[in-house]
Amino acid sequence: MPGHPIIIGLNRMKARVYVTLKNGVLDPQGRAIHHALEGLGFSGVEDVRAGKLIELSLAEGTSDADIEAMCRKLLANTVIENFRIERIAA
Amino acid sequence: MKSAVIVFPGSNCDRDLAVAIREVTGEAPAMVWHRETELPDGIGLIGVPGGFSYGDYLRSGAMAARSPVMRAVADAAARGVAVLGICNGFQVLTEAGLLPGALMRNAGLNFVCRDVALTVGTSQSAFTSRYDAGEEIRIPVAHHDGNYTADEATLDRLEGEGRVAFRYGEQVNGSARNIAGVLNDAGNVLGMMPHPERMIEAAHGRTDGRRLFEGLVAAIA
Repeated sequence: MPGHPIIIGLNRMKARVYVTLKNGVLDPQGRAIHHALEGLGFSGVEDVRAGKLIELSLAEGTSDADIEAMCRKLLANTVIENFRIERIAA
Repeated sequence: MKSAVIVFPGSNCDRDLAVAIREVTGEAPAMVWHRETELPDGIGLIGVPGGFSYGDYLRSGAMAARSPVMRAVADAAARGVAVLGICNGFQVLTEAGLLPGALMRNAGLNFVCRDVALTVGTSQSAFTSRYDAGEEIRIPVAHHDGNYTADEATLDRLEGEGRVAFRYGEQVNGSARNIAGVLNDAGNVLGMMPHPERMIEAAHGRTDGRRLFEGLVAAIA
């Protein structure tokens, strides 16, 4: 494709980090979404939990341990949140 | 008493806090920008003010807690310097790991901005020595994320060790066990959602916050 040089040797990859509230932690946002869905007439929803999806574009060689450290140090607050890392092809 | 107030991009109670400290201690605090890596020598108190910090991206206080100046604040706290985090400052201190627990979105989802009743949990700290344990005071709150959360074991420990400095005397934000402010295990770091700096002089309507600063002066100066 014109204007898109092919860069050799720079294998990018991506990871998705899903941050969710721990079980038992009240989620007022999820509750509000639930109420709004019911208000729209969707009656089949039993519970709603809201979370975050953080997508990281990573340089080659970034290890799972690196990503986990990022989660523990910043991306999730492990007092209240769990995280799950999913690697995907860029 | 020499002191410092940390200023983040988005802090908006830094000036009120500086005025309160100056009124009570007679000395204006140094205003320290978040990019600084050192604090002035000889300070006895560090104020982490309310407002917002870095747009409160990710979680309230999360970015600020990882800013350069917070390493210096953590070092000072470890040396026993008093650290007072108010509102967003409380969120920053929990995110920085200087206080246990976390502050989540208010249970009612609303921003709460009003004077609330507080009960003093302990008089055994530099911050609360001028209050009586069990005393009821009124201090304003103004926050969206003040819903204090920690696991049951942590909550039991905080209560058992007399580290709940203030409790709400009414339903405000859904905080676990009505906790409005907590101390660290050494007792030299206090985080609280209410704003004592907004009740310092008669013109504020009440002066219930003033004794917090007077207690600090007595303990530190």
